[in-house]
Amino acid sequence: MPEPGLYHLLFISAALFFIGMFGFFTRRNLVTMLMSIELILNSVNINFIAFNKYLWPNKMDGLFFVIFVIAIAAAEAAVAIAIIINLYRSHGSIDVEKAEELKY
Amino acid sequence: MNLTLLILLPLITAIAILLVKNATQVKWVALAGASAQFILAIVLLFAFNKERANGNVSQMLFELQYKWFPAWNISFHIGIDGISVAMILLTAFVVVAGVLVSWNITDKTKEFYFLLILLSLGAYGFFISLDLFILFFFLEIAVIPKYLLIGIWGSGKKEYAANKLALMLMGGSALVLVGMLGLYFSSSLKSFDLMVLSKLHIPTEVQKICFPLLFVGFGVFGALFPFHTWVPDGHSSAPTAGSMFLAGISMKLGSYGCLRVAISLMPEGAMQYANIIIVLSSIAILYGAFATMMQKDLKYINAYSSVSHCGLIFLGLGMLTKTAMTGAVMQMVSHGLMTALFFAVIGMIYERTHTKQVNEMGGLLKVMPFITTVLFIAGLCSLGLPGLSGFVSEMTIFVGSWEHTDTFHRIATIAACMSIVVTAVYILRAIGQTAMGPLKAGYENLQDARWNEKLAAIVLLIGIVAIGFAPFWLTDLINPATELIMQKISIIK
Amino acid sequence: MPHVISIALIPLLPLVGFILLGLFGRKYFNKSAGFIGTFLLLVSTALALYTAYQYFFDIGKVNGIYQKLVPFKFTWLEFSKGVSIDMGIMLDPISVMMLVVVTIVSLMVHIYSLAYMKGEARFATYYAFLGLFTFSMLGLVISSNIFQMYIFWELVGVSSFLLIGYYYDKPSAVAACKKAFIVTRFADLGFLIGILVLSFYAHTLDFNTLIERLTSPASNEFKAAVGASFIGITALTWGLVLVFIGGAGKSAMLPLHIWLPDAMEGPTPVSALIHAATMVVAGVFLVARLFPVFSMSAPALYVVTFVGVTSALFAAIIACTQTDIKRVLAYSTMSQIGFMMFALGISGLGGENGLGYTASMFHLFTHAMFKALLFLGAGAVIHYIHSNEMKDMGGLRKYLPITHISFLIACLAISGVPPFAGFFSKEEILLAAYHHNPAVYWIALLTSGLTAFYMFRLYFSIFWGKQAHLHGEHHGEGGFAMMLPLLLLAVGAVLAGFIPFGHFVSSDGAALESHFHWQFSVAPVLIGLLGIFVAMWLYKKENDKPAKMAASLNGIYQTIYHKFYFDELYIFITKKILFNLIGRPAAWFDKNVVDGVMNLTGNTTQLISEKIKGYQSGKVQQYALYFLLGIIGIAALFIYVWK
Repeated sequence: MPEPGLYHLLFISAALFFIGMFGFFTRRNLVTMLMSIELILNSVNINFIAFNKYLWPNKMDGLFFVIFVIAIAAAEAAVAIAIIINLYRSHGSIDVEKAEELKY
Repeated sequence: MNLTLLILLPLITAIAILLVKNATQVKWVALAGASAQFILAIVLLFAFNKERANGNVSQMLFELQYKWFPAWNISFHIGIDGISVAMILLTAFVVVAGVLVSWNITDKTKEFYFLLILLSLGAYGFFISLDLFILFFFLEIAVIPKYLLIGIWGSGKKEYAANKLALMLMGGSALVLVGMLGLYFSSSLKSFDLMVLSKLHIPTEVQKICFPLLFVGFGVFGALFPFHTWVPDGHSSAPTAGSMFLAGISMKLGSYGCLRVAISLMPEGAMQYANIIIVLSSIAILYGAFATMMQKDLKYINAYSSVSHCGLIFLGLGMLTKTAMTGAVMQMVSHGLMTALFFAVIGMIYERTHTKQVNEMGGLLKVMPFITTVLFIAGLCSLGLPGLSGFVSEMTIFVGSWEHTDTFHRIATIAACMSIVVTAVYILRAIGQTAMGPLKAGYENLQDARWNEKLAAIVLLIGIVAIGFAPFWLTDLINPATELIMQKISIIK
Repeated sequence: MPHVISIALIPLLPLVGFILLGLFGRKYFNKSAGFIGTFLLLVSTALALYTAYQYFFDIGKVNGIYQKLVPFKFTWLEFSKGVSIDMGIMLDPISVMMLVVVTIVSLMVHIYSLAYMKGEARFATYYAFLGLFTFSMLGLVISSNIFQMYIFWELVGVSSFLLIGYYYDKPSAVAACKKAFIVTRFADLGFLIGILVLSFYAHTLDFNTLIERLTSPASNEFKAAVGASFIGITALTWGLVLVFIGGAGKSAMLPLHIWLPDAMEGPTPVSALIHAATMVVAGVFLVARLFPVFSMSAPALYVVTFVGVTSALFAAIIACTQTDIKRVLAYSTMSQIGFMMFALGISGLGGENGLGYTASMFHLFTHAMFKALLFLGAGAVIHYIHSNEMKDMGGLRKYLPITHISFLIACLAISGVPPFAGFFSKEEILLAAYHHNPAVYWIALLTSGLTAFYMFRLYFSIFWGKQAHLHGEHHGEGGFAMMLPLLLLAVGAVLAGFIPFGHFVSSDGAALESHFHWQFSVAPVLIGLLGIFVAMWLYKKENDKPAKMAASLNGIYQTIYHKFYFDELYIFITKKILFNLIGRPAAWFDKNVVDGVMNLTGNTTQLISEKIKGYQSGKVQQYALYFLLGIIGIAALFIYVWK
């Protein structure tokens, strides 16, 4: 079995991205959508790591970005869940189709 | 003389209005502020004349320049020449009268006066700025209060009128902004400064594009045909002081901008489009006058007659001769005072009879001699009676226009002259139906003007008569400035 | 040089009266206004007479020729180099003569009004307006600058408006004052454009310079003015004809006369002052002032002659049928002014040729006396009988003896019976016409016969004929204040003719001997007497002859009675054409088309936003989809288009 290379990693990352994308578009449950977003973010993380390792092995920029993204993802999850809880309290549901007051 | 005073004084007044407690105090503070502006404007006139008499021949006097946004070469650059002094005087007269006329506003007095003073701040700033950017800044300051004044204190179709006015004026400012940026990016120095730009030669292609943008943009403010439709609705819905400010000051912002920015910066563009301006303004003069003849609402009558009279301003500008241009500036001042007086009187009549329809009035001279006499004088000024300001300005425009020898200009001039007859027809119709004739039933107990109304009318009358009896002081003020502008044009000719 | 201040005070004192009475009259001087106004004017008159004496006998004449003196002027409004409105004083024979005429007639009217207008609520206002009028008229006659004249011309117009509309609560008075103002305003448009044309070629607005430049055939200005032409007519002629239109409007010449009869709605003394003696001759004065220039253009003079002679005849015919005594007088004024106009039109410049000019001015002078007298007399009658209609009058000679005598004198004067004033001046006009244009002479002769007829028709209908029904209280002739002016003017109407007018006023300033040919006078006097006898036969005793005659001439009579339907024609033009064909479409166009375009812009914007607002659906996933598609689109652009 050959050593996994850049392309493998990129493939996984792309797959994760599209799974996340698919989830985001098809799910109605806000928590699931949030999870999908996490998947997208993680696919980006994998990209960063992979490019960092294969293109500029002696630099650390990619790693810093990943840490940055993880931190933001955590904050985002906290805010998003807070919103979802509030939404549940006001609408009695966390179905995204039901939360559509914010329009024209 | 420090010109920033002209901006600081209204600013302080406006803040003071916000701080004081009750309506009475608000009024007195506003009146004190307006009077202070008035005195300042008079002092400015004398200071200006003194400086000129001392032999200071530079184009702008009392110049001040502060860096404002150096990255884009925007500076707070102010200064005045004769034209600006004339316009500042006009503003000061109208502001005092407007404050006095609104004495009976009971609804949201504080906000009303605050907006009035804010509007005057914008006007003063506009007239003294020598930098396109701050000029635009003050132009916008002068627009917003109008929307609120009409929308809140107006009458009739006020929402429609306020929207129409604000949108059309904003559209005009958008054109101004585009033209301004065009000038900025095309000039090699990347400058907004009027003095700098006027020394540069702006490429002819740029002038061809930017001139119409700026002229039409300011023209919307100045009721250039066919962009005048905000005038009738706006005026008729606005509260009295609002109409006075609108017609007396705001419309002059437009014509002043046309002269100061469009024509004096881009003489070639002006030459290029002069004939179109003349055609449009001749149409406006006659068409406005004829349309006035059919109006039955006093405010509409005055609004349409303003279209006609402002047509004369544009005609004077479009003729591109020194005499006509001087006449145009005189007409700005004269029309500002006259129309403000007209609206003030209409407001007084409306307040008493609760109607603006001329056919519902009659014989008012018997019950309110003062008000109708003032209405009569305003009307006479409008139809160009010698001894009042309308005559000198109109005649100056006519004589200046006649300096062209070709048939096109001659026809335009004759068409403009014809307006004096039509004006007489509609003014006399209006006055004949309101002031004269038998007194209509129900009006027997109406009261004549109160002290504040009398004072307001007298202030404006003083201005009108001062120009009408002794026009030379005004022409002496304006002439050097128009001469400089004409020099640029005659070089190109 | 004359004393400037004393001359300047002549117009300024009435102005002081106007300002004083206009601002404070109602409150403080409502009783004493009459005396204040009259006193100020008395001083003015004295100054005017002094100035006239000084001018004619002392300073005016240099080497036998009366000079045009400009003792004072200053630049009031400068248009461009050389072209400026100057306010100044110009003294020459005609302006000095007019100063005297205006102040005297005005003084008479001031005195007369003390009694006539007594008890009016707006007594002070009345005197204020009289002051304004007198100021403007005096300013007009002494103008040294054509634009200055235009300024006072307009002021005269507005004061006439104010005085006609004095009884402002009468709808007919309101209509009349509006009509007077608008019609004369329309004529003023011609004047204004005429000024523009003339000043453009002469490069000046100053009378002296303008006349000098446009009368010397060698000057560049004259060549330019004659060289330029429009539809085959030279610019000079255009300018003069346009100026003449202004004069014709003020002087109520055909077809701009329609305002004058209606102007009789004003108080009667006002009619005497403005619409008989002073303002209406402003047009004649204007032509006389510019006469040297007019004499350079034969077509312009021809127009003046034509308009003058047709107006004279036309007005005389109408006057024969009117029943309102003031209207008869109004038409007679128009007819007499027609005489003055055509006298100018047929005149030449200088020497014997200038007889028409002198005659015209002479007639202006004498006419002012007897026409003012006629109007004031008519005022006394109206004051007594409270009606303007002839049918309410008759047999009044017993009740109003002084009025009767003075009225008779005036009628004889206007009919040209020697030795009254009108005889001499009319004779000179006819003589001038006889020498220059026989056709004009015959029409003028016919007109003077008609004049005698309608004046005596008026006289007999008022003072003879059937006995009027007098009811209510009657208060005599109106007292000393009303009688004094009548008597003074009657003296004027008798004696004014004996002034050797040609010595003072002539077209070139040199004295003109008037030759009196008694053989020539026979025809005019006879035709005048014939007119008088016909009137006597028809109207002295109450009978049915006039009614029968009117019936037999039914169609013609009706046409004349309706003033040849001129009013109807004007109403047609203003109502149907100006209002319905121009005004209404303009208003409609503005409301629907111009405004419509603006509203359409607004509505279109709204429509578009209505259409696209659906994309703001509130569905998060939909937004994400757009977002994704957008990214794909931009990526595609970067990859395939912009590389």
